[in-house]
This record gives sequence, C-alpha cells and structure tokens, in this order.
Amino acid sequence: MVDDSDLVARLQAGDEQAFVTLVDLYHAPLLRLASTFVPSRAVAEEVVQDTWLGVVRGIHRFEGRSSLKTWLFRIVVNRARTAGVRERRETPTDRPDEPAVPPERFNAAGGWTSPPAPWSDDAEDRIVARQTAAKVSRHLNLLPDRQRQVVVMRDFEGLAAPEVCTLLGITEANQRVLLHRGRSRLRNMLERELGKG
Amino acid sequence: MRRRDTRDRAREQLACRQAVELVTDYLDGALSADERARFEAHLAGCPHCTEYLREMRITIAALGRVEPEGLSPAARDDLVALYRSWRSAG
Repeated sequence: MVDDSDLVARLQAGDEQAFVTLVDLYHAPLLRLASTFVPSRAVAEEVVQDTWLGVVRGIHRFEGRSSLKTWLFRIVVNRARTAGVRERRETPTDRPDEPAVPPERFNAAGGWTSPPAPWSDDAEDRIVARQTAAKVSRHLNLLPDRQRQVVVMRDFEGLAAPEVCTLLGITEANQRVLLHRGRSRLRNMLERELGKG
Repeated sequence: MRRRDTRDRAREQLACRQAVELVTDYLDGALSADERARFEAHLAGCPHCTEYLREMRITIAALGRVEPEGLSPAARDDLVALYRSWRSAG
C-alpha cells in the first residue's frame, strides 16, 4: 500500500518516479472506468491520457480532503462524461421493472420452481480465473450504461455508495437499484457459466 | 380470530420472488428494522434464498478480484514521455 500524502508531496515536487507509481497503480482501473462511459477503447484511452494531464496540472491543488483514488476517479468521470456526450455509445436501455431473477423461475405464489443450484466452494476462484473473468468483462458491456458504471465503481473498484452517488449525481436509492440489477444480471450469467461444469 | 391471524402472517411473509429483490438493500444495510427482520426470517426458513444470497456474495467478492487489463510497457513509456513534455511546457 502506497501512502497517499507521501505520493502527493512527491508529485507536487515534480518527481517523475512518483508519476510512474501513480500510473502503475491507477492507469488500468481508470481505463476500465472510462470505458463504461464512452463507445470505444480508443476514446477511453484519450480520456485517461487527458486525466493524467489534468493530474499533472492540478496536483498542487489537491488538498487531501478525499483519497487520491477518489480524486482521480472524479477527474476521469468528469472527462469521460463529457466525451461520452460527444460520442454516444449504443447501449441497451435500463428497464425500471427488470427483475433480479427471471419470473418464470417462480410459481404464482412467488416461490422458487427452479431454485438456484448450490455453487461449489471454489466458485469464487473459478469466476476469477482468466477465462471466466474475460466472459464477465464481456458480459459487463451488455449492461445498460448506468448499471455498468455503478457495478464497476462499487463491486470492481470497491468505492463506497456515497462516493458513487456523488460521482454520478444520483440518489442512494437509485444507486442501489442500478447496482442490484447489474449484479443480478452478472450472477445470472455466472450461474449459466458455472453450471457448464 | 384464528383466520385473521393467519392472513396477517401471510401478508407479512415474503415470497422468494420478493426476497431476491432485497439482497442489495440488505447487504448495504438499507432495509428498515422491520424489513430486515422479515428478510432474515424468510432466509431462516428458505434454503433456496439462503443459497441465492450466498451466490450474490460470491459474485460480489469475485468481481472485486477481477483485475483490469494491465498497462503495456510501450503505453507506460508513452505516458512517461508525455509527462516530460507536460513538465517542460510548464
């Protein structure tokens, strides 16, 4: 774990090695986050490069009121949103009534008719293994924009709910609805994957 | 009296279809005390929803371990070169 205040002081002093450390830590997560707002990898890369320029120019204004990670995410989200308006991605729309589990798996009284088969104890490791993880990333791209953004911030990057609400300008309740639908879709997809044996 | 009692209890009980919609609110601590008690009472009597909650927890834990695609050495060098040009531009 790199100490924020030490890294910030070195960045403010123009230490190139500190910049490299920051890039090694955050370039990939920033790219993944930017990709949820814009239509292509190329545009996401432009957004992240522009973010690094903003960091170099703005680091002297960083006061440590948020973590460095939150600050970086705020810059990339602002830039990605602007770029996303300019170059819209084609995405499925978010259905407000989308159920977590397909309704045909319940009877009229709302009880399971096709209950979830128990996942094995090594399910988590199997999901993280390269092949399945790649499928998760591909499936993530099929989610409506807002769902994908919230799932990436909360579950992939581990941001807290209030931070996500601030970054996206949405209410906590809305954030939870989006997170729930996004997670549920990924669980459904993983259920099919893990069921293949 | 007895009939009314049964109906009240039935209304209080959650169907599985409703329980699965409460998982994220439950994990985020966003349920009211009443809702939380009803959800946990449902889980206590429903192995399928208990398994469903377990799978959602596994999903969330696994997503947090999915690494983003790494930075190639060439892209890293490009950024360092850019950094130098930004610095010298002031």
